[in-house]
Amino acid sequence: MASTSGSSRRNAALRLLKRRLLQAIPLMLGVVVINFVLIHLAPGSFLELMTAENQVSDPATVELLRKTYGLDDPVWLQLVKYIWALMHLDFGFSYRQNMPVLDAIWVGLPATLLLMISSITLAFVIGVAAGVVASAKVRTVWDTAVSVAAMFFFAAPSFWLGIMMIVLFAVKLGWLPVSGMETIGGGGGVLDILHHLILPTLALGLFYAATYARVMRSSMLEVAQLDFVRTARAKGLSRRRVTLSHVLRNALLPVVTILGVQMGTILAGSVVIESVFSWPGVGSLLFDSVSSRNYPVVLGIMVLGSLVVIAANIAVDLIYMWLDPRIEIR
Amino acid sequence: MAAVPLEVSDLRTTLFTRRGEMKAVDGLSLSVGAGETVALVGESGCGKSLSALSIMRLLPDPPARIVGGAVKLNGRDIVPLSEESMLDIRGKEIGMIFQDPMSALNPVATIEKQIAEVVMAHTGLGRFQARARAHELLEQVGIPDAARRLDAYPHQLSGGMCQRVVIAMAIACSPSVLIADEPTTALDVTVQAQVLTLLKRLQAEAGMAMIFITHDLGVVAETADRVVVMYAGRKVEEAAVDDLFEAPLHPYTAGLIGATPVPGAVRAERLADIPGMVPPLNALPPGCAFAPRCPRAMDRCRTERPALTEPRPGRRVACFAAEKGPT
Repeated sequence: MASTSGSSRRNAALRLLKRRLLQAIPLMLGVVVINFVLIHLAPGSFLELMTAENQVSDPATVELLRKTYGLDDPVWLQLVKYIWALMHLDFGFSYRQNMPVLDAIWVGLPATLLLMISSITLAFVIGVAAGVVASAKVRTVWDTAVSVAAMFFFAAPSFWLGIMMIVLFAVKLGWLPVSGMETIGGGGGVLDILHHLILPTLALGLFYAATYARVMRSSMLEVAQLDFVRTARAKGLSRRRVTLSHVLRNALLPVVTILGVQMGTILAGSVVIESVFSWPGVGSLLFDSVSSRNYPVVLGIMVLGSLVVIAANIAVDLIYMWLDPRIEIR
Repeated sequence: MAAVPLEVSDLRTTLFTRRGEMKAVDGLSLSVGAGETVALVGESGCGKSLSALSIMRLLPDPPARIVGGAVKLNGRDIVPLSEESMLDIRGKEIGMIFQDPMSALNPVATIEKQIAEVVMAHTGLGRFQARARAHELLEQVGIPDAARRLDAYPHQLSGGMCQRVVIAMAIACSPSVLIADEPTTALDVTVQAQVLTLLKRLQAEAGMAMIFITHDLGVVAETADRVVVMYAGRKVEEAAVDDLFEAPLHPYTAGLIGATPVPGAVRAERLADIPGMVPPLNALPPGCAFAPRCPRAMDRCRTERPALTEPRPGRRVACFAAEKGPT
């Protein structure tokens, strides 16, 4: 069974995956129903804004538009039709972009995923490293520095942080671009995008880095008290070796847990940051669509956003399982 | 003649806390010869474990620090050694076994990794050879189906199996000294016996000097050659194991023996207990620390601290009453 230990863990991971995917179905249904109902509870409809913007006042035309967008049906029938359409990957039509909702979202999705992934990576790497340093140098100036920095980034609202960083690094120092994802005109290229990515990533990621640093610090200190750490030291391993190869992995568990919980808020945070930095992602599109009451797009983003969060949580569960062999399928 | 594997003399370890300094280990001396087992006995908080950690130089600092004395390992005093030099001693020249085997192993690392680690740290073997050595060690400590257990995680093994793994790690580099800190306390009684047998066998095979820390006098009778009884950080009695059980000199030792159930004996009366508790280390009485609980305490005991005397070679006791006659 030397190899079965590995393969049984693989099987357990597959079982977990299957279970989580099955659980995702009712979850998605709930997300769709709640979002749909909430949006229809809100006053006004996109038809009003649309007709007002285009100065359409002819009642016959308005009625025709109402029929075209299916707004003459009762809400429950609209919901059923919407769910049916979703099952065929039809997210509706966006009058503003004059293209299917899915296409409109698809355009912004890579930019948003890029921002999310870079922010999470930054937050995780900086947070974990800072937490490890603070715990290794506990009650020294290093520890205090990490605490103060964490407190600052924890307390600072991300939009304000974003604006301040634009003022400092883009306007005053001119090191980094003010906004956007590519240089207008002569843009393009991976380096150009990365250059534009730095500020929004910092603005979005530092809050989470602060959270992880604090959790990681206390987790490291807690694990360092456990008996197996003393056993490892009794084997003649250096403090550094013990920290890196015994304490770290155990201490990561709580950080990974909150990472999963925070996926949704990172996505929500990216809406604000994308607006501040004019990042051409789904967040900007959502912000736009809410102000223009472009409900099909708003709904579509909610649904796809939930999918991203669910997928990220499944990934976190699998990472958790890999980190801690004691986790069996529940 | 070769140097004694372990010779501790006048070891003093102090806890520096906000409530003051506490002498957790106060002038402990003991020596353990090759193949010999010395049991360190006493109630919780009497300084047994801190003595062991002092010898390993693994004290939690702060608050604990060695403030005096010497620990001679094969003739060399290791108290002044740097942390760096200690890395070559721990796990290689001194092995240590802990009380709770389930928590003494890293829950997220395989058995192989945890054994191979100590092998690689001290022998320069590669991963592959270290795995082979880990396999060998598991067989040596009597783990059935060793090849399969290498890839197991601690939670997949029983407490007794985990303790065998901890023992395998402790003896991996054939240390000359083995410190076992309550190695059987957390185990089932049947498993306790197996682990004790294993320890005795391994000790006999390698001729290790062993310090056996326990509060279980039944275990002492089975394993030890000599016994050191500690109370409030000090050695109060030392004797060969048979002498100690036959005629304890210190009232505390007598109390401990009286509080131990005797197998097979039909007892009409209750087990004798020692009234009171171990005094807190920062509030030790001026005289003998045991005086407030001692049935034979005299006025002198409350004001003057009895020194360790040696009524017979190899037999030491720190008690004014014992100087007058046996209990």
